[in-house]
Amino acid sequence: MASLIKLKKGLNIALEGVPQQNMASVKEDTSWTFVPDDFNGFTPKILVRADEPVAAGQPIVCDKLHPEIQIVSPVSGTLVAVNRGERRKVLSVVVKKDGKCTSTSLPAIDAQKASAEEVRKAMLERGVWPFLVQRPYCTIADPTILPRDIFVTLLDTAPLAPSFEMIVKGQEAALQAGITALSKLTSGKVYVGVAARTQLNLKDCEIYEFEGAHPAGNVGVQINHIKPINKGEKVWTATAQDVIVIGRVLAGNLDFSRVITIAGSEILSPAYAKVLPGSSIESIVAGKVKQAEYLQRYINGNVLTGENAGREGTLGAQAQTVTVIPDGSDNAELFGWATPGITRYSVSRSSLSAFLPKKLWTLDARLKGGRRALIASGDWEKVFPMDIYPEHLFKAALAFDIDKMEELGIYEVAPEDFALCEFVDASKTPVMQVIADALKRLKKEME
Amino acid sequence: MNKLSQYIDKNVAPLFNKGGKWEKYWSFFDAFHSFLFVPTTTAPRRGVQVHDSVDSKRVITTLIIALIPALLFGMWNEGYQHFTAIHQEAGFWECFFYGLLLFLPKVIVTYIVGLGIEFCIAAYKHEEVAEGFLASGILIPAVMPAETPLWTIALATAFAVVFAKEVFGGTGYNIFNPALIARAFLFFAYPTAMSGTDVFVRGGSALGFGGIDGVDAVSVATPLGMVAEGTFNPATFNTWDAFLGIIPGSFAETSTLAILIGACILIVSGVASWRIMLSCFAGGALMSAIIYAFADNAPTVAQQLCLGGFAFAAVFMATDPVTAARTNTGKWIYGCFVGVMAIVIRMFNTGYPEGAMLAVLLGNAVAPLIDYCVVQANINRRNKRAALVANA
Repeated sequence: MASLIKLKKGLNIALEGVPQQNMASVKEDTSWTFVPDDFNGFTPKILVRADEPVAAGQPIVCDKLHPEIQIVSPVSGTLVAVNRGERRKVLSVVVKKDGKCTSTSLPAIDAQKASAEEVRKAMLERGVWPFLVQRPYCTIADPTILPRDIFVTLLDTAPLAPSFEMIVKGQEAALQAGITALSKLTSGKVYVGVAARTQLNLKDCEIYEFEGAHPAGNVGVQINHIKPINKGEKVWTATAQDVIVIGRVLAGNLDFSRVITIAGSEILSPAYAKVLPGSSIESIVAGKVKQAEYLQRYINGNVLTGENAGREGTLGAQAQTVTVIPDGSDNAELFGWATPGITRYSVSRSSLSAFLPKKLWTLDARLKGGRRALIASGDWEKVFPMDIYPEHLFKAALAFDIDKMEELGIYEVAPEDFALCEFVDASKTPVMQVIADALKRLKKEME
Repeated sequence: MNKLSQYIDKNVAPLFNKGGKWEKYWSFFDAFHSFLFVPTTTAPRRGVQVHDSVDSKRVITTLIIALIPALLFGMWNEGYQHFTAIHQEAGFWECFFYGLLLFLPKVIVTYIVGLGIEFCIAAYKHEEVAEGFLASGILIPAVMPAETPLWTIALATAFAVVFAKEVFGGTGYNIFNPALIARAFLFFAYPTAMSGTDVFVRGGSALGFGGIDGVDAVSVATPLGMVAEGTFNPATFNTWDAFLGIIPGSFAETSTLAILIGACILIVSGVASWRIMLSCFAGGALMSAIIYAFADNAPTVAQQLCLGGFAFAAVFMATDPVTAARTNTGKWIYGCFVGVMAIVIRMFNTGYPEGAMLAVLLGNAVAPLIDYCVVQANINRRNKRAALVANA
């Protein structure tokens, strides 16, 4: 019997465009794009020159600091472009598919029998290593260390995210293989966080059930309640789909595709789909978006932690959702501060909408206010179910006071844990960005 | 409305934007533009893509709505006290109209002075105008006695905005509640205009309305004045009058009932902390009970909570989130501290019958310390946890 952890704090934003439990068909994209920024802390070094042929499973990019961390192409074709931005930073690498699917041969690795070294080597070579995220700093896992524990969340509570049941359907063996493989890589345990009352038979791990609103599914919240990170300790984290892909690829099947939701108020019939990360958003949403005279926003990911990628953008390597919502920059709303607010969604009960029966809301991307100094207090705590004072930690991060940040728990958090704080904040503070910047700078200072 | 918005964006906005003719006055333009329209700034490429519709304008608006019952009652009461003092019969609307004419110039002066300074400083810093003063601008006249001259209010407002707020960086950075700083400034700089028996009820006319020939000032003792002089008798004093607010006092402070209606609005909307209000009343009640048990002729607990500015301070002043404690545990301690201190100052320092104002300012001063201790407990827990692991 798994132990149950109930979380009282948190918030489920009731968004319009909830996905139906059916799989939509998606036209396969003609190319595959790798975006280095999808993996925090990854500095790309290109291994294949432009216009050279690429086989499926062939490494095309590796990390500068840890060359053994490789990104492999899941498709065969030709590397057509390396797009660079300011100071020659690699923005994306594009492989045009040839449709032949030539692949390097991959032996199956039995996670049960394999040694830690074999698992590590295979994960690195086959390009699934970057899925592991290391805390502190929320960065790509360092293959040279032995983490205290590995935490896997099988629960995504973010708005319009796919349900675990839809993700795991038919993938139970891969999930188990992935967890067994991960259990070799730590000196401690693999802890698995699931939704309450999930029927699940998993070995080589310890299961905890979580009940509550978002961010109950965030791995950081789960770590905080299972076994918090202390200074000097390092843990790795992964999500259900990361583990499933790891299990599948170790078994010799170089299939990186994931089950995502295509959702949001601008989608005609929101549904699930199986797609290859690195496909263009255009290919995923083609023919599925409402015709509109106003601007629309295409989000790679969910509305809280996703990126405004545009229709021409790319589905992130670990994204679970493509969300399309109205953009709102062309929406002139008169006297927003004075209207009764029946049509305005707000958690605070300063709008009358809070007293209406529950319904689903269409939210656009406006901030709906000007940026101010922090005024209201206590709102962040209501959506931050960790034993940490979010506002004080935020202020320490803003001032970059290393001692204070350490004391207040910076090593336990990732920017995503602050997403709801940013959502509810009346002062429209870019909380996630501040935390992300502080973590990045702190890593530089400390390592 | 899109047409108006498009017109403004196309023809007016460029004048104020960077490189425009009136670039310097962008803050003015932005203030009026965001007054008209919800800002259309959208979420950046990375970061939360949707936002709650609450913003600081909405918060302040809700606060002002919560103040309305106390203000309306205060206007009527000012009129009623005036006509009673000059022994004239007056109907409900006459009383109300008199109070309105008495209150309006004070609000206008406060807003012109306060917002004027805020706008200028925002323009100088090239920032958006923060809404904080919209609340202070009502709170300042709301806690002024009827006879306080307009020029002193203007002076106090300027002092509060500049020295209690802008020198710290503006709304959200101040340590002390600006409205109370304005009141405290007058209290110490012009004590005769702020306390005593002559200031709480106006004798003369309000903008030519009311009043009688030959009477310029009336002398009416407030209940707290009587407490200070030792002439207060808890047995004969009508607590219901104090609860309803039919007693002399500053504009919006007298009616505990109206203030409680405001408190309900604040609590339901979530704009102000119920923890602070509750603990403040609890602290005040506790201290009042102790004093009532040991002192002769001390007001009863109910009387203490209904008299003077206690309720107003607990609901509208102590709960200012910027100057109050910010952690939930801290809010309990802070509220209780303010409540206890308000009664202590009121009862033990007869020079300052208005203990609530000073208690909140004192609370503002210790709030960071309270938070520090609360947060330190969290830090200690984390350190202890790490030490346990290190030693294992």
